[in-house]
Amino acid sequence: MKKLKVFSAPYLVWMIVFILVPLLMVAYFAFTTDSGKFTIKNISNVGQYANIFVRSIWLALVATVVCLLLAYPVAYLLSRMEKHKQGTMLLIVMLPMWMNFLLRTYAWMTLLGNNGVINHVLGIFGLGPYKLINTSGAVVLGMVYNYLPFMILPLYSVMEKIDKSVIEAASDLGCNSASIMWRVIVPLSLPGITSGITMVFVPAISTFIISRMLGGGSNLLIGDLIEMQFLGNAYNPQLGAAISLVLMVIILVIMTVMNQFSPDDQVLI
Amino acid sequence: MKKFGKIYFALILLFLYVPIFVLIVFSFNETKSRSVLSGFTLEWYVKLFHNKIIISSLMKTILIATLASIVSTVLGTFAAIGINSMKKVPKAFVMNVTNMPIINPEIVTGVSLMLLFVFFTARMNFEFGFVTLLIAHITFDVPYVILNIMPKFKQMDPNLFEAAQDLGCSPMQAFRKVILPEIMPGVISGFLMAFTYSLDDFVISYFTSGPTTQTLPITIYSMTRRKISPEINALSTIIFIVVFVILIVKNFVENKAAKNNSYKGEKI
Repeated sequence: MKKLKVFSAPYLVWMIVFILVPLLMVAYFAFTTDSGKFTIKNISNVGQYANIFVRSIWLALVATVVCLLLAYPVAYLLSRMEKHKQGTMLLIVMLPMWMNFLLRTYAWMTLLGNNGVINHVLGIFGLGPYKLINTSGAVVLGMVYNYLPFMILPLYSVMEKIDKSVIEAASDLGCNSASIMWRVIVPLSLPGITSGITMVFVPAISTFIISRMLGGGSNLLIGDLIEMQFLGNAYNPQLGAAISLVLMVIILVIMTVMNQFSPDDQVLI
Repeated sequence: MKKFGKIYFALILLFLYVPIFVLIVFSFNETKSRSVLSGFTLEWYVKLFHNKIIISSLMKTILIATLASIVSTVLGTFAAIGINSMKKVPKAFVMNVTNMPIINPEIVTGVSLMLLFVFFTARMNFEFGFVTLLIAHITFDVPYVILNIMPKFKQMDPNLFEAAQDLGCSPMQAFRKVILPEIMPGVISGFLMAFTYSLDDFVISYFTSGPTTQTLPITIYSMTRRKISPEINALSTIIFIVVFVILIVKNFVENKAAKNNSYKGEKI
């Protein structure tokens, strides 16, 4: 099989030019000035936006926890269904994810707007109108709605593999259903939990669409900040690269922590 | 307890589907209102099909997704074969770099490619547009193709390739007749994954397309930024129905295939 190595040559060139070099360019821009001199000013300037970083991490964290709490029972129920039903039900759960996420987020603009469906329905009962859109709650809701399937899928795929006889054995040995949950199912589904957390947290912390469409101008996230440095009026690719670099480091730390909790051979991504 | 589970499951489905159904209902609404239903109309669908920007960006999206997924499938299939025969350390390195576009936030992949393209446009006669978009799409597609194919090699007997040559195949024949059929399911699922990711991508396209080339998601984005346009509702409805039909057919075909296989027994 040794001769086959050359087959990868075109890809290796592609990989170096379009994956490795661009990432190195991000690092290069983050540490240089306009004229190409070394500086750490860009990185230290990121500190001015600490509040945006804190908000992004906080909202992404809340969304991740809500997703986990909502998705865990869904995945469990799915995995307990009869085999022939599972495929169809999973399809129904995942179907909305196949719509473009801009449209899904737009749907919530329709629902949450000041003249939107929810306020209209509440108005019939003499309630409201409430300010639903352009709040941080709306941003979290948008994240949960868009990324919930990313949590359900990895959870389901580990739970489905849990041997039913293990659960029967636990109950034969005197476990009640609560302790079966805590001492058997949760530990066995840990790899699904950790990969679900990364699959929700990473897009949630770096989004700029959800915050822009549902958060109004007052809920800027890291993603908005980066976008503004590259395509907005605040054009400053050096600062944008520095923010991207810090974002990558945050995500790397989170993923390293997550990998501590899951056995090496079972990392799903 | 069982009843409680069913109610919970139904509530989650309600949460997932209500926003989409609201869009569908309002796509037939006579006025532009987003809260009051006034009467039935197909006006927004007619307007949608006469909207040149939407139609041309749809065509562009399909073209980009087709080209990008074909190129990345070819590139990725050869890459996977090569990577599989590498030694442990270079293999781990290449796989780690390959994973980067998947693990990294899309926005970082987007801006990193934008920086590269800015570097080129500043030095060469070269502009943001179709080519940069295509390169960007191939770049984020290839890793998915490779990751779909790599596990197939684990299931394959590593001696098969040499056995074929011992029995008189040239290396090229051995590749075509032995390796390719073994990894084909991975190639196909990689291709489909690349195609759907390409169709759906907004973030990376947003940073690499430039002002003149618009894909459908970019057009949708600029529509949501402007005033209320019920054409988006009509578009959502059509996309939902298309996705729905495709997935139902796929599910049906897979179920049938599974049944057929169980009759014939396990394929060797």
